[in-house]
Amino acid sequence: MTVSSLTSVLIWLPIAGAIAIWVLPLSRYATGSLAVLISLVEVGIWIEQAARFDFARSGLQFSEKTPWIKDLHVSYHVGEYGFSLWLVGLTVVAMTACIGYGFWVGRDRPRAYFGLMLLLTGATVGVFVAQDLLLFYAFFEAMLIPLYVLIGVWGGAGRLGATVKLLIYTMAGSLVMLAAIVVYGLKVGTFDLVSAPVSTSRWLFLGFMLAFAIKAPLFPFHGWLPDAYREAPPEVTAVLSGVIAKAGTYGMLRIALTQFPDSAGYYRTVILALGAAALVYGSLLAFRAPDFRGVVAYSSMAQSGLITIGLFSGTNLGYDGAVLQMVAHGLVSTSLFLIAGAVERRTTTGEFAFLGGMAKGRPALATLLMTVGIISLAVPGSAAFAGEFLILAGAYQLHWWWAVIGASGIVLAAMYMLRLISAVLHQARGPRVADEALDMRPGELALIVPLVAALLVLSAWPAGISHHSFAGDDATTAVTEQFR
Amino acid sequence: MIHTPHIDWFSISTILVLLGGSFVALLSAVLVPAAWRRVVSSAVAAAAATGGIVTSVWLYVDSASGHSVIAGSFYRDRWTALAQVILCATTLATVLVGSEQIREHEAEFFALILASAAGMTFFVGAANLMTMFLSLEWFSIALYILCAIEYGREGSLEAGLKYLIVGSFGSAALLFGSALVYGATNRIGFAEIAQAVAAHGLSGDALLVLGLAMIIAGLAFKSSSAPFHMWTPDVYQGAPTTVTAFMSSATKVAAFALMLRVLRTAFPQETHLWSWAFAGIAVASLVIGNFAALVQRDVKRLLAYSSISHAGFILIGVSAGTALGGRAVMYYLIPYSAMAFGSFAVVAARERELGARVTLDNLAGFGWERPFLGVALWFFMFGFAGLPLGGGFVGKFYVFAAAYEHGWTWLVIVGVLATLVSLYYYLGVMRAIYMRPTAELAVTGGSPPRDALLHVAVGAALVVSVGSLFAVSPMITLARHAASALPF
Repeated sequence: MTVSSLTSVLIWLPIAGAIAIWVLPLSRYATGSLAVLISLVEVGIWIEQAARFDFARSGLQFSEKTPWIKDLHVSYHVGEYGFSLWLVGLTVVAMTACIGYGFWVGRDRPRAYFGLMLLLTGATVGVFVAQDLLLFYAFFEAMLIPLYVLIGVWGGAGRLGATVKLLIYTMAGSLVMLAAIVVYGLKVGTFDLVSAPVSTSRWLFLGFMLAFAIKAPLFPFHGWLPDAYREAPPEVTAVLSGVIAKAGTYGMLRIALTQFPDSAGYYRTVILALGAAALVYGSLLAFRAPDFRGVVAYSSMAQSGLITIGLFSGTNLGYDGAVLQMVAHGLVSTSLFLIAGAVERRTTTGEFAFLGGMAKGRPALATLLMTVGIISLAVPGSAAFAGEFLILAGAYQLHWWWAVIGASGIVLAAMYMLRLISAVLHQARGPRVADEALDMRPGELALIVPLVAALLVLSAWPAGISHHSFAGDDATTAVTEQFR
Repeated sequence: MIHTPHIDWFSISTILVLLGGSFVALLSAVLVPAAWRRVVSSAVAAAAATGGIVTSVWLYVDSASGHSVIAGSFYRDRWTALAQVILCATTLATVLVGSEQIREHEAEFFALILASAAGMTFFVGAANLMTMFLSLEWFSIALYILCAIEYGREGSLEAGLKYLIVGSFGSAALLFGSALVYGATNRIGFAEIAQAVAAHGLSGDALLVLGLAMIIAGLAFKSSSAPFHMWTPDVYQGAPTTVTAFMSSATKVAAFALMLRVLRTAFPQETHLWSWAFAGIAVASLVIGNFAALVQRDVKRLLAYSSISHAGFILIGVSAGTALGGRAVMYYLIPYSAMAFGSFAVVAARERELGARVTLDNLAGFGWERPFLGVALWFFMFGFAGLPLGGGFVGKFYVFAAAYEHGWTWLVIVGVLATLVSLYYYLGVMRAIYMRPTAELAVTGGSPPRDALLHVAVGAALVVSVGSLFAVSPMITLARHAASALPF
C-alpha cells in the first residue's frame, strides 16, 4: 500500500466499518466502541497525511486515479490540496466527537445508527477529496442518504417534515448540478477536475452555484435550515452545520470559482450580495431566535455568508481567511451543538424562556460554553477573529463597503452570542433548570474539550491553516491556475 | 417437397431450454403426486432458468459477429444474448420467489413463467415482423394467465382480464402496423424493410409512417409507457406479486431491447420521426408516472407508477437513437430490472406476512422487523430515485448523457425535474418502513414466515443493483458489445 492510497482509505474504511457493523451481530457496547475506534483510526490516518503533506508544492497530493466509466471518461480520481486536507481533518475530528456523543448518550438501534454515522463520514471525506465531477456528485448525494435516515429516525417530533424539506431543497440544487455536470463533462470531453479546461458558460456556473448555495446555505435558499437543525439529534446537527454545510463553500472554491472564473467574475456582485444578505439576515434571525439551537443554526448561515464573501472577494487574504474560517467555524459550531445537546439532556428543552442560571454549580459547562462562545464572536486573538479579519481585509481590497457589511456582521455576532450565553448560563434560574441537573460529565468533556483545544491551538497559530492552504501561500494564482 | 431452411439450433438453445423446462413442469402437474409437485416443478424451473443463463452467456461469448439465422427470422448476436441473460436471471429470481409465495397451481405457474420467458427470449431476437408478433403473443398470453392464476382472489381475475383486453388492443395495433409496413415495403424482415425503403425512396411514405406509428404504439403498450400505460397500475396491483415482479422487470427488458432493435434496423430512415415520438412518450411517461405516484397509498400501485416513470427514463435513451443511447438503455435495464424485481419481492414478503394488501400505512416498522429486507428496500428506493446507492444513478447519468449528445438538453432538464418529483414518493416508502412507529399497525400475531429463497433472490437483486455502480466499466463493455450488433 502506497502513501497515495491513504486518501482512499479515509473514504472506504468508515464505509467498510459501516457494513461490518450492519452485518456483525455485536452488542450495543461493542458496536459503539467499534465505531469510535474506526473514527479514531481515521483521525490517525489524517494526522499521518498532514505530517507527510508538502505544503510548498502545488498540485494534487495523495492522489489516485482509476477509470470508472471509461467511455465517458469518468474516473475514480481522489487527492488532496492544502485546503482540502484541512477540511478532511475537520470532518474526521468532528465526526469522531459526534460518534462519541452518540455512543455516550446511547442512541437506540445502535447498529443502524453507528453504521449510518460511519457512512456519513466516508461520504463527506469523499466530497472533499473527489477530483472528478461525477464522483464529487456521487459523494455529495451520498451524504444525504445517511443524513436523511439519521434525522428521520432519531430526530425530534417534527422530524418527518424536516427531512422532506431538507431532501427536497438539497436535491433540487443537486439535480440541477447533475444536469450541469452532464453538459459540462460531455462538452469538454472529460469529467476530471484537474485536467478539465475552464468554461465560460454562465448557465453551467449558475447550475453549480445553486447546489452550493443551498448546501451552504445562502440567503434566500435557507428554507430547510431551521427545521433540520432543530429536529435532528444534536450530534447530527453538529455534523450538518459544522461539516456538511462546508461542502457548499468548498464546492464554490474547488469548482465554481476554479472552473468558471469568467462567470464567477460576472456574477461576483450578486453572490457577494447574497453572502452579505445571509450574513446580516442570518445574524438578525440568530438574535431573535428563541432557543439555543436556533441561535447557532442561524449563526451558521451567517458564517456561510461571510465565508462566501471571503471566497468571492477573489483576493489572497479572502481565500486564506475563508479556509481558516471554514475550519474554525466548523469546530465552533460542532462544539456549540454538542453543548446544546448536553443542555437539552439536562433540561429537556432548548428554549431560553425555560433556561437560565446554569452556570451556578456547573463550572465545567459554564467554562466550555463561555470559551466557545467567546471564540465564536471573534474576540481578538481567537481563531474566528483571525479568519474574519482576513476575510474582511480581503473584501476591503475589493471595495470598502463589503468590509463594512462584514464588520456589521461581527457586531451582530457579539450580540447574539452574548445573548445566548447570558440566557443559558446567567440570569435567574429557569423553570426547567433543576438543582439536580449535573455539570458536564467526564464523558462529555472528553468529547468537547478536544474540539475546544483544537480551537485554542488555531487561535494561537491561525497561520497553521491560513498559510498552509494554497501552494506557495498564493491563493489567487492557485485558483486561476486551477490548482494544477 | 417443402424447402426447409437451415436451422442453427444453438442460436435458439436458450428458448428451447426454457420451453423444455416448461413442458416438464407442466407434465409434473399431472404425473407428480401433489406432495412433491411444488418441489419438483420449482426445481425443474430453476434448472431450466439456470440452463437458459448458461446458454445465453455462451451465445454472447460465441456471437461476436451478429447475423440473422433460420431464413432471416431470428438474430443471433450479442444484443439478443445479453437481453436473454437478463431475462433468464429475472426468471430464475422469479422461480425462487414463486416457489415460496405461490400456494396453488404451482406446476402450472412454473410452466407458464418458463413459457413466458421463452417467448421473451425469442422476442428480443426477432428479426422480422412475423416472429416479432408471434413471440409477443406467445409471452403475452402466458402472462395473461399468470395474472389471473390466483383466480379465487377478486383482484387477480380482474387483473388478468384487464391485461388481456388492453394487451390485445396493443397487440392488434402492432399487428396492424406490421401489416401496413408490409404493405408499404413488401418485406417482413427488419433489415429488408430498411433496404426496400432506401431502394424505393419510401421514406416519409404515408403507409409506412402510419405503420411505424402503430408499431410504436403496440410496443409502448407492452413497455407500459404513457399514454399507453392505463392497464399498468391495475394489473400490477391485482396480479400475484411474484408475477408483478416478473412483469415489471422482464417484460420491460424484452420490450425495450426489441424496441431499439426494430427501430434501428427497420426504420433508420425515419429516425427523425421516431426520435420525436419517443421523446414525447418519454415526457408523458415521466410526467404521468411521477405525478400519479405521488398520491398512491398502495405500494404495488406506487411501484407500478414508478415503473411507468422509469419507462420514461429508458425512453430518453431510446429517443436519442445513437450508439450511446443503445448502451445507455442496455446498461439501465440491468440495475433497473434488479431493483424492480427486488422491490416487488420485498412487497410479496410483507404481503404474505400480513395476509393483506401492502399500503404505506401497514408497511410501518417493516424495516426494523425484517432488517435485511428493509435495507434492501432502502437501496432499491434510493436507487430508483437516482441517488448513488446503486446502478440506477449511473443509468440516469447515461441516458441524460445520451440525450445531451443528441442535442436535447431540454430532455435532460425534464428528466432532472422528474427525478426531483420522484424523490417524494420514494422517500415516502422510506418514511413508512423506518420512521413511523410500529405501534400504528395492528399486528395479526405469529412470527413472520420464513422466506429463505426470497431472501436469496432479493440479495441477488441487491448485489446486481449495487454492483452495477462499482463495476460500471465491465457492464458498459458488455452493453457496448451488445449495442454494436445494432446498426447505429
